[in-house]
Amino acid sequence: MQNTYDIAIIGGGAVGTAIARELSRYRLSTVLVEAKSDVGMGTTKANTAIWHTGFDAKTGTLEAKLLRRSYALMEKYAPQAGIPTERLGGLLVAWNVDQVQNLPALRDRAHANGVTDVRIITTDEVYKLEPNLNAGAMGGLFVPGESLLCPFTLPIAFATDAVLNDVALRLNFPVQSIVQEDGAMLVQGPHGQSLRTRYLINAAGLYSDVIDHMFGHDDFTVTPRRGELIVYDKFARSLINHVILPVPTAITKGVLISPTVYGNILLGPTAEDLEDKTNTATSEAGLQMLLEKGRAILPQLMQEEVTATYAGLRAATEHKDYQIRLHADQRYVCVGGIRSTGVSAAMGIAEYVGELLTEAGLTLTPKPEFKTMRMPNIGEAGLRPYQQPELIAQNPDYGRVICHCEKVTLGEILDAIHSPVPARTLDGLRRRTRAMQGRCQGFNCQANIVAILARETKQDPNFLLALEAKNDH
Amino acid sequence: MTTKQTDVLIVGAGPAGLASAIELKRQGIARVTVVDREPEAGGMPRLCHHTGFGLWDFHRVYTGPRYARRYVQLAQDAGVEIRTATTITGWESKQALTTTSPQGTGVIAARAIMLATGVRERPRAARLTPGYRPRGIFTTGSLQRFVDEQKLPVGKRAVIVGAEGVSLSAFMTLTGAGLNVAAFVTDLPRDQMYFPYAPGKWWLVDLLHHTPIRTSTRIQRILGRFRVEGVEVVNAAGEKEAIPCDTVVFTGDWIPEYEVARSGGLLIDSGTLGPQIDGQFRTSLPGVFAAGNLLHGAETAATSAMEGRFAAGHIADFLQGRAWPQRRLPLLTESPIAWVFPNSISAGDEPSQLKRVSFRVDRFVNDATVQVRQGKKTLHTQHFNHLLPNETMRLSGRWLAQVDLNGDPPVITLK
Repeated sequence: MQNTYDIAIIGGGAVGTAIARELSRYRLSTVLVEAKSDVGMGTTKANTAIWHTGFDAKTGTLEAKLLRRSYALMEKYAPQAGIPTERLGGLLVAWNVDQVQNLPALRDRAHANGVTDVRIITTDEVYKLEPNLNAGAMGGLFVPGESLLCPFTLPIAFATDAVLNDVALRLNFPVQSIVQEDGAMLVQGPHGQSLRTRYLINAAGLYSDVIDHMFGHDDFTVTPRRGELIVYDKFARSLINHVILPVPTAITKGVLISPTVYGNILLGPTAEDLEDKTNTATSEAGLQMLLEKGRAILPQLMQEEVTATYAGLRAATEHKDYQIRLHADQRYVCVGGIRSTGVSAAMGIAEYVGELLTEAGLTLTPKPEFKTMRMPNIGEAGLRPYQQPELIAQNPDYGRVICHCEKVTLGEILDAIHSPVPARTLDGLRRRTRAMQGRCQGFNCQANIVAILARETKQDPNFLLALEAKNDH
Repeated sequence: MTTKQTDVLIVGAGPAGLASAIELKRQGIARVTVVDREPEAGGMPRLCHHTGFGLWDFHRVYTGPRYARRYVQLAQDAGVEIRTATTITGWESKQALTTTSPQGTGVIAARAIMLATGVRERPRAARLTPGYRPRGIFTTGSLQRFVDEQKLPVGKRAVIVGAEGVSLSAFMTLTGAGLNVAAFVTDLPRDQMYFPYAPGKWWLVDLLHHTPIRTSTRIQRILGRFRVEGVEVVNAAGEKEAIPCDTVVFTGDWIPEYEVARSGGLLIDSGTLGPQIDGQFRTSLPGVFAAGNLLHGAETAATSAMEGRFAAGHIADFLQGRAWPQRRLPLLTESPIAWVFPNSISAGDEPSQLKRVSFRVDRFVNDATVQVRQGKKTLHTQHFNHLLPNETMRLSGRWLAQVDLNGDPPVITLK
């Protein structure tokens, strides 16, 4: 009989990897199971990349509480782990009377949620903060804590810490069934893959309802809500200084315009409920809608080039709060319905899951030593290798620029391929280094990078290019 | 950090940059430095493994890579310093650029700077083509890097977006790599593919004749999740069609590589999106010149080289003390005129440099009269039987001498 893990976590997104990292601090044998070929491949990688304060979460919800807790944890962790962040502050701009009238309620809610520095500002102040906004703003709400973070580095940092502290990482393992067997659970995937575990944590994101059904529950249904986004060229970055947020009203939900930690500008998202949990295609209607809204908010943005478009799916449910439940009798914790705030709330959720496990009778004994590793910086706010002569003197590969648009060096690419949670696909390499995500979208460097990745990982280029066996990316 | 002083710093070792460097040395400039971010000098012709290069400048026919090597050799023989694998990372001052290379970071200061950073094709994302983001989407340039530079597999069946000269280049690269081209798709009402390359390869001409060209048609969606499985196209009548393929090549739709220019705060022309330039290849920043495809989308290598040579003469004059003009006036355009070149006029431009103005249009126009107005005054009218997009048209430049530099910017438009 195979070994039995103490805990299996299903789902390698922001939430699953954060839980894996949290539990790796204790004397437990833990496994993190991910359906795809890398961590951070679902909702985690395709969102607005905002580090939320939780100012607008519904007061009294678990979401509001965990966002708040997570914000404090991240303030400490992100700089240590090398997760790029930028503390810009958010600005909700009111464009009509309805929206102006909503501002006091939003401020009060923020204060009730413990985000006490939120304040209403005048039209003059709005234009002082953001001189390039279109004419017609009627006031705003300033949220100093609303910030940017890198949603690519975050789950990789969590997973790396987890792996360094002996969490097993099982990729390409979509869970198909869970069978009770001799006081443990047998978790099965395709091609005869299986593992045994005493406790199970469901952090399967869009598929958390499916896993929940396997335990006989019918508490919620995940409806994928597609959000399409447009990424603008770095030359647009100087147009704004803050995260420009819409004022939510009963009738309309606007889009935001935000800088990214990579120095681009993001416009989006749309919000469209779908059936298909894999439909991350962009649509003509969605992109046109974004252009219209973007033009109304920041007309100059339309003169800049588009660098990329993408779509992500949030795990929306019929409920207005997270669906986190302990089923102690089943030794099972469901962490579902994390909606669109998983990246921001992940650390708070992980801590909370630890508390639930204690409640379920698990003893959490800290390990004497916790290993941690600093992630290579891919944010614009910090120094990158091409800017560091000492680093290049030690290893000239840090001066050999491969991706010209994003100034990614050979040294960084090799590091990403040979790291504890290594890049194995082009997309994995992109998320770890920024290579190929710049204005030329790989015109110059993609062929070179395919050749490097194929050589270093001994993979067939046909496979990397999805010309043979279907490769998820 | 190392600091280097040179007379002329040229950014980009393609035909424009190298031809300019060679000419500067010929005119007796002591220190000419060319930097290029690629590990090898030569520029885009290095990627074009077909013939058709060199007839104009060397009076014989070369393949792209051999043409590139010839320029590199001539530059080296002339005593030009070429630094490859060297990326420009910013402006230290108006006369110095910062660099990164395997040797470390550095600053290169120069009495004059010339930008010759070239162009690229707009990738799929910038064209806002909806759908998934599968593997198998290229531009002509990235395709050529896959096929000729890295010898990587591409696919089996391709659709080419565009039907102009560069689309033909993609066609030849694809067929050379053993792919079947399912169709050309262009939103223009007719194709613009003639066969200047590869004389003797009549089988290619035959193949081209058997390849469908969908005109007045645009790509509506990319099909396939992991690998391209097809494209959905729609024609002017609104009829949709799904063309199965595993490869899509987006060709043309040029965008200048303007990163260095824009980060230096140079004025950008709204038509070309390259630096605003006068008749002497001067940008808006004193001491900074520009030449080649950075200025106007892709022209042939020979045209870029010729511009580089012309620019070199003006750079030499500047180094010998010719004053930088105090005043310049942009030349504006109205659709269907997409851009003009040069796109500004300076006090002191010599009439000899202003014999003609190049321009491009964004659609086919027959029986057209182009006019130049300044304020209420018409400076020039000229008749054209056909105006063709994707091809450079020539307008006489005699009117340039009549421009009032204290007036409004002249506008070039269709009458």
